[in-house]
Amino acid sequence: MSDFFAMGGYAIYVWPSFILTLIILVANIVAPIVHKRRALTDIARKIRRARKQQK
Amino acid sequence: MIIHFFHQMGSPRYFYNMAGKLIPWFMVSFLISLLIGLYYGLFVAPTDYQQGESYRIMYIHVPAAWMSMFIYVVMAVSGLISLVWRIKITEILVISSATVGASFTFLALVTGSLWGKPMWGAWWVWDARLTAELLLLFLYLGIIALHSAIEDKRVAARAVSILALVGVVNIPIIHYSVEWWNTLHQSASVMKFDKPSIDISMLIPLLTMAISFKLYYGAVVLMQARAEIVDRERNSRWVQEMVEQEAK
Repeated sequence: MSDFFAMGGYAIYVWPSFILTLIILVANIVAPIVHKRRALTDIARKIRRARKQQK
Repeated sequence: MIIHFFHQMGSPRYFYNMAGKLIPWFMVSFLISLLIGLYYGLFVAPTDYQQGESYRIMYIHVPAAWMSMFIYVVMAVSGLISLVWRIKITEILVISSATVGASFTFLALVTGSLWGKPMWGAWWVWDARLTAELLLLFLYLGIIALHSAIEDKRVAARAVSILALVGVVNIPIIHYSVEWWNTLHQSASVMKFDKPSIDISMLIPLLTMAISFKLYYGAVVLMQARAEIVDRERNSRWVQEMVEQEAK
């Protein structure tokens, strides 16, 4: 197993590549979720404000 | 029938619902193919006789580089359709592809650098392939910046589409750079008319990773598009009704 992590001496090049890929893939999934949630809460707030003004 | 289908797909509301149903399928098949690709790439595929274990960077570097070009072409085609027919959905697809495209370009450059250091002895060289790929990153970043600089999103979409179309000239340059110029970057070993010059035991994990990244893009671009649709259609009745439904 430690052989596997050593990557034949290339561990400092191989693992950063894979870890960075993972981070970027996750970030691209999180970003649209945050974007959509922010838009939805913004719209909800505007609707509430419009209601209050009507009353 | 077909015209009806395209008409429906052009409606943001229909696209929003359709994308919502498709995303889980893309996500699940992405995760499965990713695990298979990583398992075969890291455990099953043999060690390279010249490059040792460092060659395993290829399993992300090459698919990421393919994606950087694939997404750009999708963006340019959507841009062309947007300019000609003014379809809202393709306008949204252009900008929804930009961040994920820039991400893959960045990944291709960084993993290439991490592969180049042990193999070429340099993190970076001003080689034709590398320089053209760097230019691609700047094109993506330019598109993102241009889009956020213009307040009116319909106008922004048109500007971004034009930039995407102009930049598409860079794609064949990247692809053929290793043939047109004497480059340090190795030439194609899969994407050529001849038989691939890579062993089947290494080709299978590579193609699995490529499919996996395509499925990932499918999921992410649809998620981005849904967020963008909510943002743009905020004044339409169906979005307001959806928000009110969720508030209850």
